[in-house]
Amino acid sequence: MINVPATQNTEVIKAYEPDSKTMLGFWVYIMTDCVLFASLFAVYAVLHKNTFGGPSGRDLFSPSYVLVETLILLTSSFTCGLAMLAAARGARKSVLTWFGATFLLGFSFLVMEVTEFSKLVRDGDSWHRSGFLSSYFTLVGTHGLHITIGLLWIAVLMTKISRGNMDANMIRKMTLLSLFWHFLDIIWIFIFTIVYMLGVIGV
Amino acid sequence: MNLLGRLNMQALPHDPIIIAAVGGPTLAVVIAVLVLLKFKGVGWFIKIGTYIWKEWLTTLDPKRIGVMYILVALAMLLRGFVDAMMMRAQQATSVGSSHGFLSPDHFQQIFSAHGTVMIFFVAMGLMFGLINLILPLQIGSRDVAFPFLNSVSFWLFTAGMILINLSLVLGQFSAAGWLAYPPLSELQYSPGVGVDYWLWSLQIAGVGSLLSGVNFLVTILKMRAPGMTLMKMPMFAWSVLNSMVLVIFAFPILTVTLALLFLDRSMGMHFFTASNGGNPMMYVNLIWAWGHPEVYILVLPAFGIYSEVVATFSRKRLFGYTSMVWALGAITFLSFSVWLHHFFTMGAGANVNAFFGIMTAVIAIPTGVKIFNWLFTMYRGRIHFGTPMLWFMGFVVTFTIGGVAGVLMSVPAIDFQVHNSLFLVAHFHMMIVGGALFGYFAGLTYWFPKIFGFKLHEKLGRKVFWCWLIGFLLAFVPLYILGLMGATRRLDHYDASQGWQQLFIVAGLGVVVIAIGIGFQILQLLVSIKQRKQNLDTTGDPWNGRTLEWATLSPAPFYNFAVVPEVTDRDAFWASKQAERAQHAEPKTPRYTDISIPKNTPMGMCIAGFAFLFGFATVWHILWLAIIGLLGVIITVIIRTTGDDHEYVLTAAEVEKLELAAHARNYA
Repeated sequence: MINVPATQNTEVIKAYEPDSKTMLGFWVYIMTDCVLFASLFAVYAVLHKNTFGGPSGRDLFSPSYVLVETLILLTSSFTCGLAMLAAARGARKSVLTWFGATFLLGFSFLVMEVTEFSKLVRDGDSWHRSGFLSSYFTLVGTHGLHITIGLLWIAVLMTKISRGNMDANMIRKMTLLSLFWHFLDIIWIFIFTIVYMLGVIGV
Repeated sequence: MNLLGRLNMQALPHDPIIIAAVGGPTLAVVIAVLVLLKFKGVGWFIKIGTYIWKEWLTTLDPKRIGVMYILVALAMLLRGFVDAMMMRAQQATSVGSSHGFLSPDHFQQIFSAHGTVMIFFVAMGLMFGLINLILPLQIGSRDVAFPFLNSVSFWLFTAGMILINLSLVLGQFSAAGWLAYPPLSELQYSPGVGVDYWLWSLQIAGVGSLLSGVNFLVTILKMRAPGMTLMKMPMFAWSVLNSMVLVIFAFPILTVTLALLFLDRSMGMHFFTASNGGNPMMYVNLIWAWGHPEVYILVLPAFGIYSEVVATFSRKRLFGYTSMVWALGAITFLSFSVWLHHFFTMGAGANVNAFFGIMTAVIAIPTGVKIFNWLFTMYRGRIHFGTPMLWFMGFVVTFTIGGVAGVLMSVPAIDFQVHNSLFLVAHFHMMIVGGALFGYFAGLTYWFPKIFGFKLHEKLGRKVFWCWLIGFLLAFVPLYILGLMGATRRLDHYDASQGWQQLFIVAGLGVVVIAIGIGFQILQLLVSIKQRKQNLDTTGDPWNGRTLEWATLSPAPFYNFAVVPEVTDRDAFWASKQAERAQHAEPKTPRYTDISIPKNTPMGMCIAGFAFLFGFATVWHILWLAIIGLLGVIITVIIRTTGDDHEYVLTAAEVEKLELAAHARNYA
């Protein structure tokens, strides 16, 4: 959670107290999402050798392309953090700028992922091909789906921020969003390592 | 492209049994409506309709949501029980040259539906219903942590329920068993809509359960009355806490498993197929990694109810409170390390089987601790044999028999002999009916006056109990014997030379006795409502209770407590009664304060309604409707989360007025 400076009106600070419920609730939700991804990782671990005579990760993945994707997503986490710092200062314009940057970076990440997917499908390496590709598309795709939801969320919040003022309620919503966004970053690090890096090495 | 996807006239029912099952109740409702219309007029319907809409369907009050959960669950109990009667009738008659009255395919649909309905819509419904009714009251809270989310959970549960019942009218239900093992449940072997109905019904209801898990965990951790430390919490609250932890860890696995099976069936993926590198045994592992904790999700709250009942009806503090808490924790932890005992015969190897066999036997230790603690609570207590106490004592017997059978089967070598036999069926019914369901019935009787303001009819309650207990033992003890004789589960026909028929007939008679018990249950409800004046609870404390839910009025007002209680002791209400008696103190004049209450809203119902449309459309491959459903969910969520004005304030003066009116009513 962010620190609210003493100059902020007291109502904002008071509103943090009942928030502890929402914060805990959201952390618990993130925990459930963690279990969801853990299950998908486990499925991938079981199936990643089952290529059924088709291509393996080593044949398909391009490390440099994925590295660019990774850097874009990491940067988006950084800009998201900057947006939260701006929110703590009460600087609405910067909040909008940094969330805007986060949105664009997240969107670029998504475009790159969709491009990668469609290339695989065009080359005949779609999810029909093998157990390995089914689990690859589902694991990475589920992360992509979360990113899509995150983008929608950013867009909705930005509309609200640009219209109204940033009260405690809004700051709380932004805090939850940033938690969600950082969480997706962490999941991606695991995908990057386990799916792509180990895949390229051929483990 | 066909606008209705796979849906066409062929989907309507043709089987006379199904037509009767669907047509009968529909006809009854239509006739009832017509009769009421004639005698009461349209105005009465509008009045009742507005009342139900304003006070019930849109409510965010956990007590009312709890009542709705329980009503849905009881209706589903009837449905699942009818399935059970049909199975018993088929197995009692389908011998040798006679083939019974059910086709094999219909029989398969019935046992699949029976298991699914009983676990997801009866047991889960009763459990969440009781938690909603009592948990906030018991921890001295005015509400749950997220009242709106609670309404979403309930309506998702209901949407799943409607979807599973719709399969009676449109298309057919899954014939792949209650857990739909692949490759049988894959498209190649189950091409119809049955498995899809199963998938989406559980997926929608499962998300609801997951949200409830988050909600109640936060409620317990954040909303306890001042002074109520964790180790001063009532045992029911502890059991719910553990159960919700299990929900949070187990239900995401179910979500993933169902989604993967759906992707296999609809997108041509290869997770669980027998070809292209799929792995069917992975499904069995995943579904039981959810499924075994699920059993404990259901039974732990029942353990909590027994703990409350046995202490109250023995007029003694619960024996071994700390060890009870640790036993719950141990069960919660261990329940994730035993799932493989559901498929010892898979061939994982001797060492793997040995590990899971030992873990399974170990989990009997904390369970045994609980049984002994309950017995020691009764020891030298002043026992009152009220109906809740009878359910508890019946449970001790049935659960112990079933539990011992469980420990027996934890030995892999024995499991190889009885795997997939009726021995197993008898075992898990003893756990879930004799363990969980008896507990819910005890809870319903025990907490009924707190919600409705009058007790259930005691004499009829006893009849209910004895019918259930005797019928239950008659129905399931023969199955143990049949299982040892080699009868496998899910048989729709067997040869006369097996010599099984007499035992199957005995089991069938048992079900008839249970049916009489259910008849008494309905009668009990009707008689209790009619004679409520005789059984009014004017004190708020009809059983001489120990925990905080008895400290407020009966029926509990929508704000639960006019003044939030302060807790200094474990059995908080008991302690305060003792202190009052010792000091001969006049009850303090309460100081009322303003209370903020969440406003009623139909949005939860909207979200679930769209989720239902999405599920239905996906089952029948109706693309446009699926898109509408999905967009509907997203847009409703956005509208709700971006709005701010969700609460109103009940002023101290209004609270005082309500409280005085309630007291005046009770003294009249």
